Amino acid sequence: MNLKNDFPLISGSNLSYLDNAATTQKPARVIDSMNKFYLINNANTHSGLYDLSEAATKLYEESREAIAEFINADSDEIVFTRGATESINVISRTLPALFGDKTHIIVSEMEHHSNFVPWQQLAKNNNYILNVIKMNSKFEIDYEELERGISKNTAVVAISHVSNALGTIHDIKRIIDIAHKHNAFVLIDASQSIPHIPIDVKKLDCDFLVFSGHKMYGPLGIGVLYGKKEFLDKIPPFLYGGDMIESVTVERTTFAKYPKKFEAGTQNIAGAVGLAEAVRYIKDKTLEAIAEHEANLLKYTLNKLSKIPGIVIYSPKHNAGIISFNIPPIHPHDLASILNDYNVAIRAGHHCCMPLMNKLSLPGTVRISLACYNTYEDIDALINGLNKALEILK
Amino acid sequence: MSSKEMYREYLLDLYKFPHNFGTLQKFTHEGHHSNNSCGDMLFFQFYVKDNKIENVMFTGSGCVISIASASLLTDAIKGKTLEEADKISADDILSMLTVPISPARIKCALISLDALKSTVEKSK
Repeated sequence: MNLKNDFPLISGSNLSYLDNAATTQKPARVIDSMNKFYLINNANTHSGLYDLSEAATKLYEESREAIAEFINADSDEIVFTRGATESINVISRTLPALFGDKTHIIVSEMEHHSNFVPWQQLAKNNNYILNVIKMNSKFEIDYEELERGISKNTAVVAISHVSNALGTIHDIKRIIDIAHKHNAFVLIDASQSIPHIPIDVKKLDCDFLVFSGHKMYGPLGIGVLYGKKEFLDKIPPFLYGGDMIESVTVERTTFAKYPKKFEAGTQNIAGAVGLAEAVRYIKDKTLEAIAEHEANLLKYTLNKLSKIPGIVIYSPKHNAGIISFNIPPIHPHDLASILNDYNVAIRAGHHCCMPLMNKLSLPGTVRISLACYNTYEDIDALINGLNKALEILK
Repeated sequence: MSSKEMYREYLLDLYKFPHNFGTLQKFTHEGHHSNNSCGDMLFFQFYVKDNKIENVMFTGSGCVISIASASLLTDAIKGKTLEEADKISADDILSMLTVPISPARIKCALISLDALKSTVEKSK
């Protein structure tokens, strides 16, 4: 599989882009779909009684349908947001209306700050108890601790599908089943899994699932909140304004039905169109073929990296294509800067996972993260760059 | 920016063999600064006599840029008064390094300055 030519920014370039967990590059057809929208379809949705507005509305709603189908949701269960962070904040700010007397929230210490800080602040502001499930020595969530920590007092369990720092694929079916046994809501952050692993929200029986468009070959500034319709119906709106209402009088407002209830103001229509095109791109290449290519590349990378003297690799058994490592005593930032000289783009730091880094007693790691367009040559460039860095810094 | 500039032999030497690295048996001031997001930590000690920094040492851990800048800064403040040391600015540090520092790494270069300020602060 060599898809580099589909991606203008890296096509024909000698850049080895290995920071895909931060954001992926965009295929030409995604960029073209958005250009086309602005060139010939641009209008506001839902309100204009003219052809252009109707066409824009149709494109926007078709995008919703494409994304719904991708995760086996109904299209009215798909809310467009700015990204996973906003999606999580929508839920952390509105779901407490359905908590009843429950006062416990469960997250894991492997969460990205985006799925940690909103819950931590919710707990702090309401005197709820935040229960942070530990990671075990295999870089996995400690499921037994989850079983012990959960109770009838647990309102919500919020956990990522794949760890953005270590690549761990969590058994979300198991997590959801545990949560539901105790009548707790579950929010799954699928930001790191959505471009790698097929997701079926119905099979998973997932209550809420969130992801960002830009980590799955789609544009920046668009993301998704999936919610089961019975819950989207019951939770209050997050933002008030135009488009999310049914009727407004001086005294009172009645809100539109979901998903519009959560889409106040003019939406990122071009973003939705681009994201739907990214979904179609993934479907054309098939997630199965992409996952197989990435798994082979991961194996190759781990094998090559493990030969570097002194390297410490933090990689779980079930890994979605992310490798965190250090070569002590070299600082991760120095490795990143020198790799940049060899046109290898990687991330160094805490990866927005400070609780996890504290657990590992590390300030940070070097992280590489794979995408469908990465090649064996990219990995060879990485290894060559690391060897050069060792020569320079040792 | 290419870090080939940034990782010149000059800075690498200051990283591998830092100046004034260690602790003072006799000191009048100590301070530190750490950057949680990159994990760098620098500890400074001064021996001040007649309002002059007679001796200075630092310890800690960090990247090439932060250790090299601490090496240069500790060289620069030796013999200066606390007031003079306190006046050293971010621009002064960046010019001491002589090589261009990429925007993402400027904070690495300035950890030493914050450690210096924290040490001077203790005398106020």
